[in-house]
Amino acid sequence: MSNALFTYTLRLADDLLVLSHRLSEWCGHGPVLEEDIALTNRALDHLGEARNLLQYAGQVEGQGRSDDDLAFLRNERQYRNVKLVEQPNGDYAHTIARNFLFDAYHLPLMHALLKSKDDQLVAIAGKAVKEATYHLRHSSEWMVRFGDGTDESHQRAQTALDDLWTFTGELFVEDDVQKELEKAGIAPASGPIKAAFDSTVNEVLKEATLKRPEDGFMAEGGRDGRHTEHLGYILAEMQYLQRAYPGAEW
Amino acid sequence: MTEVKDLEALFQAKIDAEQKIEPKDWMPEKYRKNLVRQVSQHAHSEVVGMLPEGNWITRAPNLRRKAILLAKVQDEAGHGLYLYSACETLGVTRESTIDDLLSGKAKYSSIFNYPTLTWADIGAIGWLVDGAAIMNQVMLTRTSYGPYARAMVRICKEESFHQRQGYEIIAVLSKGTPEQKDMAQDALNRWWWPSLMMFGPHDGESAHTAESMKWKIKRESNDELRQKFIDRTVQQAEVIGLKVPDPDLKWNEERGHYDHGEIDWKEFWNVVEGNGPCNHERMKARIAAHENGRWVREAAVAYASKKARKKQAA
Repeated sequence: MSNALFTYTLRLADDLLVLSHRLSEWCGHGPVLEEDIALTNRALDHLGEARNLLQYAGQVEGQGRSDDDLAFLRNERQYRNVKLVEQPNGDYAHTIARNFLFDAYHLPLMHALLKSKDDQLVAIAGKAVKEATYHLRHSSEWMVRFGDGTDESHQRAQTALDDLWTFTGELFVEDDVQKELEKAGIAPASGPIKAAFDSTVNEVLKEATLKRPEDGFMAEGGRDGRHTEHLGYILAEMQYLQRAYPGAEW
Repeated sequence: MTEVKDLEALFQAKIDAEQKIEPKDWMPEKYRKNLVRQVSQHAHSEVVGMLPEGNWITRAPNLRRKAILLAKVQDEAGHGLYLYSACETLGVTRESTIDDLLSGKAKYSSIFNYPTLTWADIGAIGWLVDGAAIMNQVMLTRTSYGPYARAMVRICKEESFHQRQGYEIIAVLSKGTPEQKDMAQDALNRWWWPSLMMFGPHDGESAHTAESMKWKIKRESNDELRQKFIDRTVQQAEVIGLKVPDPDLKWNEERGHYDHGEIDWKEFWNVVEGNGPCNHERMKARIAAHENGRWVREAAVAYASKKARKKQAA
């Protein structure tokens, strides 16, 4: 079980760490100063949440690995995030749509984790749920502004949704790790999270006058460490100093 | 009817009596212009300053340093916002202020035209660049224009945290491996002189000093602030075993200050005039952010007016 819990905690952590990395790439380049601040703030929230989870993952593993060890010294095949969060920022519509799809999944997940039998995950989710609430508010508001703004913003938002939709299936994957922890009352069942995701997406897209893409082929593999090519570049950048100067203190 | 001359006398009397000038008070047009120039330049510096530091967020060496750097750059963006708002109290919109930056009409601090080549540069920016900025900003908490002085109080609190975290980065490197120590020394070598240039030309050659002092926009001269910075920073370098790259630097017992070598003013003017290592890149990045964000800002405006119309119809 501790093996499954380790993997599950890494999945939660890696989603946030990789998304934080992507959002931090916007720093200094946002479309307006308020959004620059909002994205940086969000990157910081996710970084904090990821650190809590990585520290816990290290404890569960019991090999003495710190949050930094897990972040900086695992390779591409050992990362467990969904492919959605590693997708490039693209234009602002892509960034917002990626945030929105993730938030529509992440907020109900955090709510459900509050009832987990694992006290540490409950504590971590307790803090994250507040942040996830305003993250979803921020991304939803922008989806609506884009969808119901100008023709150009509508088109860009629709394209972003269409491009990213294939990565949403993986958010609700039912594999052995998930099933084992579900049975133990640690991980919430995917069904209700998916239902909450659907209801948020449908409601927001309706207000945004955007079309929900058809469920076609769904890309998977991230949860098992089979990523898109993008992750390798993210890690090459993120891990550069730790790899170039092994063992140095910073 | 009150003559402009009388108004000016009243205005000066207020300043001499250490009363703040507030947005609705009468002020000489030159005072207003001088402030707009200074406050907008300050705002632009905060925003352009996000770029050299942002350059290392994705490569920060550990999660703690990454979080601190993210928070710091976010603070700079926040400072930019208050200062653009302070400009608005002087009657210039944020849009026009930003247009002046992008057209090259307005300046920002030249220090941000230097590149951050290694992680140690992030330490050097906090320690030296923020350290130099604080000298100026502490003075500005007592500046005569109320909104600027008040913005500066909050900014100073955050900047002093930035200075400490920068010094800590450099201190840790200087106690680290030989490669890390070299990295720290190299950063000091590259950032020392540009940091001294941040205080501007010598008092005798500064275009705005005399007037700014009379109006108490500035209260200490460029050279006085620069000396304060040198005296403090040289000692900090000694504590962590780094060498300030100035062969002429020595303690002058009689003056109670460090004497220092002459600044390369040719380099200073060269960078001011647009030929620093990163002037072109920095402006290109700001212009790209502005251009790429245009449709986003337009969408927000279009949506807000649609919503207002619907509300009115209801």
